[in-house]
Amino acid sequence: MTVTLFIPCFVDLLYPRVAVSIVEILERLGHKIDFPEELNCCGQPAFNSGYWDEARAVALPVLRRLKNAEAVVIASGSCGAMQKVFYPQLFAGTKQEAEAKNLAAKCWEFSDFLATKLGVTDLGARFLHKVTFHDGCHGLRELGLKKPPRALLAKVRGLELVEMKEEVCCGFGGAFAVKFPMISTAMGEVKCAQAAETGAEYIVSNDSSCLMHIQGLADKQGMKLKVIHLAEVLTSR
Amino acid sequence: MSRPVQQFKAQAELSTHNLRLRATIQTALEKYAVVRDTNRRAFQDYQAARQAAAEIKWEAINHLDRYLEQFVSKLEARGTKVHWAGTGRLAREIILGIIREKKARSIIKSKTMTSEEIHLNEALEREGFEVVESDLGEFIVQLNKETPYHIVFPAMHLTRGEIKELFNRELAADASDNPEELTRVARRVLRKKYVGADIGFTGANFAVADAGMVSITENEGNARLTAALPKTLITLLGIEKVLPRLEDLALFLPLLATSGTGQPLTCYNTMYGGPRQPGESDGPEEWHVVLLDNRRTELLADAEQRDSLHCIRCGACLNVCPIFRNVGGPAYGTTYSGPVGSVITPHLRGWQDWKHLSFSSSLCGACTETCPVKIDLAHHLLQNRRKAVTQKSSLAGKLGFKLFAFIFNRPRLYRRVAPLGRLGQKLHPLVKGTRLDPAYAWTKSRATPQIAPRTFREFWRERNLHEIQQRPMQETKGQNQI
Repeated sequence: MTVTLFIPCFVDLLYPRVAVSIVEILERLGHKIDFPEELNCCGQPAFNSGYWDEARAVALPVLRRLKNAEAVVIASGSCGAMQKVFYPQLFAGTKQEAEAKNLAAKCWEFSDFLATKLGVTDLGARFLHKVTFHDGCHGLRELGLKKPPRALLAKVRGLELVEMKEEVCCGFGGAFAVKFPMISTAMGEVKCAQAAETGAEYIVSNDSSCLMHIQGLADKQGMKLKVIHLAEVLTSR
Repeated sequence: MSRPVQQFKAQAELSTHNLRLRATIQTALEKYAVVRDTNRRAFQDYQAARQAAAEIKWEAINHLDRYLEQFVSKLEARGTKVHWAGTGRLAREIILGIIREKKARSIIKSKTMTSEEIHLNEALEREGFEVVESDLGEFIVQLNKETPYHIVFPAMHLTRGEIKELFNRELAADASDNPEELTRVARRVLRKKYVGADIGFTGANFAVADAGMVSITENEGNARLTAALPKTLITLLGIEKVLPRLEDLALFLPLLATSGTGQPLTCYNTMYGGPRQPGESDGPEEWHVVLLDNRRTELLADAEQRDSLHCIRCGACLNVCPIFRNVGGPAYGTTYSGPVGSVITPHLRGWQDWKHLSFSSSLCGACTETCPVKIDLAHHLLQNRRKAVTQKSSLAGKLGFKLFAFIFNRPRLYRRVAPLGRLGQKLHPLVKGTRLDPAYAWTKSRATPQIAPRTFREFWRERNLHEIQQRPMQETKGQNQI
């Protein structure tokens, strides 16, 4: 099928390897990639800050461009939740309400698309490390994606998954991280400590924004933790 | 006096740096989570129980007028005096009026957050009355001249060593830090207070409409003594505490206990139906029930957010909230802290002073996931943010997001972001870590991610160009090496 990729700004600018890995995986599975270069943002920053008019201004081109897409794969649980869960709320009572619902129905977070939509979990990957998995909160609680990333990791050769003792937020939360840096940092410290407790070398996640926060904190504090996106694990040989 | 937002940030700065306190709270709440989960599994179908509870509260809140009238008429039929208080000030006046009329001097109280909401203790003490909290945790924080740290565990921030020192200092005790011994000290003091008190004062967990009874759940038996011994009993409760039917307690009592403390049921669950009836040998001679609105009806009028009145004050959302865990209850500066406090406080106490609480969240959704009556707290925080901005947006915020929309809607402009960012990163070391650093809020505690040498869009364009040039040659391998 033709898969339309939605690559948000932070993946584009900071973590392009994640998007490249997703392209590689989907192409290897025989799918054609459609990448609308002009879509950089789903509008979540404005939406989460209460500026719904501005969020709609950014979301509207997304709705229009993705209207006829067969399936949309989103490289972040958070942006995925925005389009799948929050667009229908954002556009409720507007002319675009039906379009928003239509888009929501065919949006997939990357790991969910592989494991649930395509039913593919074994990608022939090999990653000889002990890892722990961080659930991005939007992916976990808005989209309910506890299982898909784990189903994918289970098939990676040589990979040992050790779970952390809690499902707890890494403290990023977008603007929250800079509006309330002391709280965000404290939350990140708890996360890093729980990850370190597992003895894992890598924290894997399906959301680069969480990984950015965790890595930023670990680096600043001189912790040995390394982070890697699930897509990159799945293209490792 | 600085504004609530400044107080919140200052307090959060302090408490997040108090690693010992954070560890105490984290450990306590991890233990709570273990017993909570064990007892959740004792429900045949916990998720179905939550759904049923949500529906019962929905029914109660959406027919509040009817259920309140039913509750009150049954209470009055057994001789209880019911008072309606529109505001906190009115409630205080009503309560003070009763106490003065009784020529009372001392008041014994069982745990009630609603009395915290109307700042009752301060008002009573200002008038010269003696007020004693009888719940052990509340007794401790009262002695320590603090407000409750948590709506269910008021003294969870204190170690037993600290409590020992407090008791030995304030109560002339000579106790060790053994919890049983400390409890005996409190008991020795409190037993005399029950007997000597002129007024007993309680809150309520549920107001059961069809029975016309108040349900109080507790673990220490202190509410029973508070309600039974003094001649006059006063009960203060918010109007949202209503449950339609007596049988609803069969669900709500275990649900409240499991969510609140992780117990299958609290140790004492008591129903109060009226003052001493003719022929009865004990109980208060008079019972006054004060029903408090204090802007709850304004929240009731808000169809989108009305369900935040479903809250049964179990504290489960506080316990899982990573913000609460790290800043603690007092930082909020509100009676109700944690996620539910952040949701309802702007409604009850004003948007402009309290909206910051709705923004102080990563929207992780742990609160929504745990709430036993299924209040969608995380999404309410989003609604609050929207309402706060609609009511009064800051110029910087408005301009900022206009600019945000402007840039992201213009792909050509967005293409400039990467080169500009790379330039910015070259200059960044000049100011990094200093107050001049525009990213200081981030860089103070976190390393900055670097803009990639080649963005995904740059990669994509080059690949497409390459494909056009190379066609029909074989597609290159190893494209992830960018």
